[in-house]
Amino acid sequence: MLEIRNLHASINGKEILKGIDLTIRDGEVHAIMGTNGAGKSTLSHVIVGNPAYEVTEGEIIFNGKNLLEMNTEERALEGIFLSFQQPVEIPGVSMTHFMRAALNARRKHEGLEPLPAGEFLKLMREKRKIVELDSKLANRSVNEGFSGGEKKRNEIFQMAMLEPRFSILDETDSGLDVDALRIVAEGFNKLRRPETSAMVITHYQRLLDYLRPDIIHVLIDGRIIKTAGPELALEIEEKGFDWIKEEAGL
Amino acid sequence: MEDRNSFVREVAEKTYEYGFTTDVQTEIIDKGLNEDVVRLISQKKGEPDWLLEFRLEAFRYWQKQEEPRWGHLKMPVIDYQDISYYADPTKPSDKKEGPREIDPELMKTFDKLGIPLEERLALSGTAVDAVMDSVSVKTTFREKLREKGIIFCSISEAVREHPELVREYLGSVVPYRDNYFAALNSAVFSDGSFVYIPEGVRCPMELSTYFRINARGTGQFERTLIVCCDNAYVSYLEGCTAPMRDENQLHAAIVEIVVMENAEVKYSTVQNWYPGDKEGKGGVLNLVTKRGHLRGANSRLSWTQVETGSAITWKYPSCVLSGEGSQAEFYSVAVTNNFQQADTGTKMIHLGKNTKSTIISKGISAGKSQNSYRGLVKVGSKAEGARNYSSCDSLLLGSECGAHTFPYMDVQNDTAIVEHEATTSKISEEQLLYCNQRGIPTEEAVSLIVNGYAKDVINKLPMEFAVEAQKLLGVSLEGSVG
Repeated sequence: MLEIRNLHASINGKEILKGIDLTIRDGEVHAIMGTNGAGKSTLSHVIVGNPAYEVTEGEIIFNGKNLLEMNTEERALEGIFLSFQQPVEIPGVSMTHFMRAALNARRKHEGLEPLPAGEFLKLMREKRKIVELDSKLANRSVNEGFSGGEKKRNEIFQMAMLEPRFSILDETDSGLDVDALRIVAEGFNKLRRPETSAMVITHYQRLLDYLRPDIIHVLIDGRIIKTAGPELALEIEEKGFDWIKEEAGL
Repeated sequence: MEDRNSFVREVAEKTYEYGFTTDVQTEIIDKGLNEDVVRLISQKKGEPDWLLEFRLEAFRYWQKQEEPRWGHLKMPVIDYQDISYYADPTKPSDKKEGPREIDPELMKTFDKLGIPLEERLALSGTAVDAVMDSVSVKTTFREKLREKGIIFCSISEAVREHPELVREYLGSVVPYRDNYFAALNSAVFSDGSFVYIPEGVRCPMELSTYFRINARGTGQFERTLIVCCDNAYVSYLEGCTAPMRDENQLHAAIVEIVVMENAEVKYSTVQNWYPGDKEGKGGVLNLVTKRGHLRGANSRLSWTQVETGSAITWKYPSCVLSGEGSQAEFYSVAVTNNFQQADTGTKMIHLGKNTKSTIISKGISAGKSQNSYRGLVKVGSKAEGARNYSSCDSLLLGSECGAHTFPYMDVQNDTAIVEHEATTSKISEEQLLYCNQRGIPTEEAVSLIVNGYAKDVINKLPMEFAVEAQKLLGVSLEGSVG
C-alpha cells in the first residue's frame, strides 16, 4: 500500500505540489488526470526519488516504510517502478547488460544469488513476448534508435522483468498508435497481481478503456481536487476540466 | 542527500589496489646522471661496444636538448640528478658465473598482481615477460615459442644472444634524436621485451610484458622492440602498475615496431600506473614514445590503449605508413580523475600509396583532471589515394574537469581523403536517474555508462584484457559522480 500525506514538493525553489493526499491499496489501479503543468509528472518523479525535486513537507509511506528516507535505487529495490514519459538513451549499453545489472541488483537486495546467464536470457525471451518485442532487443543499446512506440514497449518489458509491487505509467500512451497502445495496455494487464498496484497518468480515455482503473483523481495546480470512480474519466473526456475547477472553486 | 554524500566519501577514500611495495633486496645505483652512469648501466648489462656508443651519443644529444613544454600539461620540475637510473631486484648467484637469482618474493609479487610466472599457472595462451624496475625477472613459454622460430625475451638478453637483430632494428623507428625523452631513454634504457616473429609464422599465443616499478627514487626506462617479418602475425599486450609513493616516479619508454610485407601486429596496452592521491600528490610521470613502421606492402598495425593510470600521460603511439596499401589503426580510451593529466593521441604519417588509417579516441574526464587528445594526420606528396578517418569523443563527468582536442592535419596530396569528427558529451542526470530507478546503484551506473561509451575500443582488446579494462574503467571513476 502506498500512502501519500500532505505532500509538498518544489523544483528550483518553485512549488509544484501543494499538499497531495493519496492512498493506493494493493490490487488497485488509480488514474491521475489533469491539465498540462498541473504536477502529474512531478508527483511520479517525487515518488521515485528524482534528486532534482525537493520535498518540503509531507510523507510517502510504502508498505510501512518511509520512502523519503531512501534514495532512488533503494526505492526501486523496494519495488517501485516508473515507466518514463521520455525514456533516455544509453549508447553502447546493451539491453541484456542493462537488465542483468538491474535484475541482479534486485536479487542481491532480496538475498538471492545473481541469475545464471542461461536462465537470464531465457527470462528475457519470455518477457519480451508480453510486449511483442523481437529478438534483436537483447543486443540493442538501451533505447538507442528505438521508435517512440518501441521505447514505451521497452518500459513495460522492463516492468515485466523486474515485477515491481507498485508501478507508475507516466503518459505511457502518448505518441502511440492504436496497435502499440493495445500491446502496451494488454502487456500491463498481464502483469497485474492481487498484491501489485499502479498509478496511471494520462490525458486520454483510450488507455483507461483497456486498463479499467478503480479510481480517478483530478490533479490541478498541485492539488487533487476531485476523486471518483471510473465514470469520471468518461465525463472528463466529454466535458473537459473546467466544470471540475468551478466545482472546486478555482 | 546525506547517504549520497557518505557514498562519495566512502569511495573517495578507497585506495589504489596495486599500491603495495615488495620488500626485496634491490641493488640500486647512486642517484645522478652523467657519462659514467651510462657506462655503468651498459657494463652491468654486459653490452657490446656499439651499444655503449649508441647510448653515449644519445646522452650527449640529450644534454643539449630542453624538455618539451608544448603539452597541455602542468608538468612538475623533474630533477634528473635526483633519480637513480638502475635498480635490480634480483640477486647475484652464489656461483661466480651463474645467472642472477630470483627472490621468491618477486614471484609472489607477480602472483599478487594476477600475473603468475609459473607456466603451469599462467593464463592459457599468454606468454609473459615480467619486468620489475630495471630488470626482466622472467619470461615464460620461451622454449615453446622457440620451436616456431619466435624469439621472445628481454631486450638485455636479445643484445647478448641476437646482437645482429637488435643492432639492425634498434633506433630504426624511433631515433634518439626524435625527442627529449627518446634521447634520455636511448641513453639509459634498462629492460623491456624483444619480439621477433620470423617470415610466415603466426604467433600461436598472446605475448605480453608486465611492467612494475617497485624501488623508491628510481626511474624506469622501458625499451621494447618488435619485428614482424613477411606474412607473420603477433598480438602483443602490455600492462603496468606501480606502488603508491608521495613523490613522482618517472617512466620514460620507447616502443618500436617494424612490420614487413603482409604482416600484422596488434599492440594493446592497459596502463594503470599509480595516478597519485586524490590531492594530486605523487603518481607516475608516463612519458612515452611509441611508434610503428609499416614498411612492407599491405602491412597492418593497430594500437589499442586503455589509459587509466599515471599522474601525467604524454604519449602518442604513432604509425609511419610506408608500404603500399598498409593500414594502421589507433583505438584509445583515456580516463583521468582527481588531478590526473593526459595529453595523448597519435600520429599517422602516410607516405605510401593507398594507405589507410583509422583513429578512434575516447577521452573520459572526471574530478579536476585535464584530458587532451592531440593527433597529427600527415599525408605526403606521394601518398596517392591515402585515407584517414578520425573520431575523437570526450565525455565529461562533473564540471571541474576539462577535455581538449588538438587535431593537426598536413595533407600534401590532392587525392587523399581525410575526415575528422569530434563530440563532447556529459553523463546526464537523466541517464543516472534511469539506472537508479531500475535499482542500479550510482557507482555501477557510471561504470555501465562509461563502458558503453568506450565499447568500440574495449571490443578491440583481447578477451582477458577487455575484462580487466572494463573493471578498471569502473574503479578509476569511483566517486566521481555524487
